[in-house]
Amino acid sequence: MADKTMVKHHHEPLFHVAKRDDMIWWKAWLIRCAAILLSVFVMSLVSMALTEKTLFETLEIMYRGVFGRIEEGSTVMLWKYLQQIAILLCLALALTPAFKMKFWNCGAEGQALIGGLGAMVVMIELGPKLPYGVLMVVIVVVSILAGAIWGLIPAVFKAFFNTNETLFTLMMNYIATQIIAYYVYIKGGGSNVIQPVEFGNFPKIGDNKYLINILIVAILTVVMYLYLRYSKQGYEISVVGESQNTARYIGINVKKVIIRTMCISGALCGVAGLLLVSGTDHTIRTDTVGGQGFTAIMMSWLGQFNPFIMVIMTALIIFLKLGAGKVADTCRLNASFADIFIGVVILCVVGCEFFIRYTIKFRHRKKEGNV
Amino acid sequence: MTNKPAIELKNITKRFGTKVIANKNVCLTANHGEILSILGENGSGKTTLMNMISGIYFPDEGQIFVNGEEVIITSPKDAFFYKIGMIHQHFKLVDVFTAAENIVLGIDDGKYNLKESTKQIKEISEQYGFELDPEKKIYTMSVSEKQTVEIIKVLYRGADILILDEPTAVLTPQETEKLFAILRRMRDAGKCIIIITHKLHEVMSLSDRVSVLRKGEYVGTVETKNTTESELTEMMVGKKISLNIERSDVKDSEDRLVVKDLNCFNREGTQVLHNISFTVKSGEILGIAGIAGSGQRELLESIAGLQHLAGGEILYYNPKTGSVDNLRDKTPVQIRDLGVRLSFVPEDRLGMGLVGNMDIVDNMMLRSYRKGHSMFLKRKGPKDLATRIINDLEVVTPGTNTPVRRLSGGNVQKVLVGREIAASPTVLMVAYPVRGLDINSSYLIYNLLNEQKEKGVAIIFVGEDLDVLIELCDRIMVIGSGRVTGTVDARTVTKDEIGLLMTKTIG
Repeated sequence: MADKTMVKHHHEPLFHVAKRDDMIWWKAWLIRCAAILLSVFVMSLVSMALTEKTLFETLEIMYRGVFGRIEEGSTVMLWKYLQQIAILLCLALALTPAFKMKFWNCGAEGQALIGGLGAMVVMIELGPKLPYGVLMVVIVVVSILAGAIWGLIPAVFKAFFNTNETLFTLMMNYIATQIIAYYVYIKGGGSNVIQPVEFGNFPKIGDNKYLINILIVAILTVVMYLYLRYSKQGYEISVVGESQNTARYIGINVKKVIIRTMCISGALCGVAGLLLVSGTDHTIRTDTVGGQGFTAIMMSWLGQFNPFIMVIMTALIIFLKLGAGKVADTCRLNASFADIFIGVVILCVVGCEFFIRYTIKFRHRKKEGNV
Repeated sequence: MTNKPAIELKNITKRFGTKVIANKNVCLTANHGEILSILGENGSGKTTLMNMISGIYFPDEGQIFVNGEEVIITSPKDAFFYKIGMIHQHFKLVDVFTAAENIVLGIDDGKYNLKESTKQIKEISEQYGFELDPEKKIYTMSVSEKQTVEIIKVLYRGADILILDEPTAVLTPQETEKLFAILRRMRDAGKCIIIITHKLHEVMSLSDRVSVLRKGEYVGTVETKNTTESELTEMMVGKKISLNIERSDVKDSEDRLVVKDLNCFNREGTQVLHNISFTVKSGEILGIAGIAGSGQRELLESIAGLQHLAGGEILYYNPKTGSVDNLRDKTPVQIRDLGVRLSFVPEDRLGMGLVGNMDIVDNMMLRSYRKGHSMFLKRKGPKDLATRIINDLEVVTPGTNTPVRRLSGGNVQKVLVGREIAASPTVLMVAYPVRGLDINSSYLIYNLLNEQKEKGVAIIFVGEDLDVLIELCDRIMVIGSGRVTGTVDARTVTKDEIGLLMTKTIG
């Protein structure tokens, strides 16, 4: 019955791929670093071709773009850099418990916006009426609650009706954006912009506007690490994420864990919104979070759900974003240059995982047969 | 009969990753007109080897010859070209199609004539003695009928070399006999039959020659009529071992768990348990036999508090307090809070009993992590327990921090059984505890169960190998289609009697 006209290729395939899981950790990290270097190198070549600047000139522009004139005592740029890391890291931290539970929360953007809106509403409505201390407590509580509720809604639907959380959280982002747009429309009068509010702003530490944000996120990083690694709840999250059957078998209430974890995830996103609105901008726009809720998804993955690795990854990505932006600026390239740059880096970093997890075996026998 | 070699393998080597060598320098020959058994323990590389013949894997080194000519097989299509057909352990059939439609599916010769094909299928059936209705839809078929479809499928494509991967694992003793009769008829018609198995008595009764693999290496080939079961075991394991399970008498027995009229529906709304009633006593092993999927899993999960019951009672007689508790509709945590020491080794070890990606310590913690009021975990106790189990049960592992999915099947099971026994249970439920385990590990598990029995634990043992059930258990309850079809004394019953009960229909 076999097809008699079939042409037989009597030779071995050129290569085949085999799985491995025995790579030593430092080798794996060496490959990852090499991937990052490779991507920077590739992009430098591209920018060289476009701008006639050498590799080192490009790198220097990037460095200046991120750190400014740091050796002359100007730390403005540095603090801005750290602030951006803090916000992105906060969002990545927020997503991590959900991701460890294999709950694909794509709604960090919306959860942060709603958290920020919570802060904004309190700042505008109660700002002039309450003493500063009480006001700050109310702002913190309201924004965290708002974020938590935005995370809770998809979790409840997931737990009880098994809805798809990816789509659900994604849609919730649009709702959040529209609510903000409407709120800005009402409060902004004709201009569609809310002027910065002077009530309920985070206190400056010394002269520094950003330090408190950075300290809060630094503490959160440590707390999140401990929570995931050493707490009973963190353990339950891992078990539910790995196998819901096992979780049920040992008597974990899966629904409860899903809901509780998403409340935490949403609440931390709310904190990010709080830091942006009350801690930085003192106003809100639909692009206050600026897509970082999505970048954070990648940060959490690249950090392999380990908060400390996430610090390194966010620092790297923000460096590239600011640096490439500066290169584009200086050399009058399109603003998309930065996006392309980051795209190439992520492609390399994610792509190198293939070489960590698999090996490629090439043909080792000489060609034979009749072709 | 002239026995010309149908297929020859020379120095076949296959590696997975750098450390795992699935096959190393394997050479073997299978002739036309003979049945060759490939015997080896789980993980000895039998299936990998056959997958290379049927085009699923490609060998790293070595040559394959079909009818004396060297061939390169890179896909199942290539394998069919050389008239090689493989019947896999897991069937690959389309449920909503008829047998005939499944058989012609994927044949791309330009003519699609179901009537003509049906006629041919009937001819093949008659020739070898299959019982099959080509018009019957797959989803209405029993497991053995599905297997028949798979076998006819490869015959219909003209296969001369048939490879069967553990074909009897899902069959009752009677169905196995029928299959063997068919295989003998195919052999007499000149076909080359290769059967992968680890059941010794099947090898002895069916095959002409036996090739033995051990840890991926070829040990040797012997004529079945010149060998004995113990010689084959020695070849398979590499050393002499006694194949006896010591069974002690039941003493000081009292009711521990009484199940009354259990009814249960699955998620699709089909009733999977019908009025199941039985009693397990302390210090005895109650075996549960039945065709796979007859409700064994649901029964154990019901007792463990993992199934929603439509009716019935599960009464636990507490040996400490003397009280009687009904476990129905209680969650696993509530059952534990009642002081019921119920341990459960589920069928799906890595998907239910353990978490594959977690290390041994964290897996030990699954049962005990809740203890204490602290928000944080205490890993000291679980770590000690992990070390103890590794030493006592001789678990082969690089350390306590190795993810359990990296361990071999036998070691995974030792970790799981070790943890469940460490909870010093009064009721111990085990489902297919030796599936996929090598002989040494299997006997270690049997001994552990016997130890527990002597400590007065009530044990429920769901098994598939009837020989083991008869040797190990005190009583055997047989279930078929979710009903109890009989309970027998394991010391006097025969395999055939159990086989008949397995297929008996009630109501």
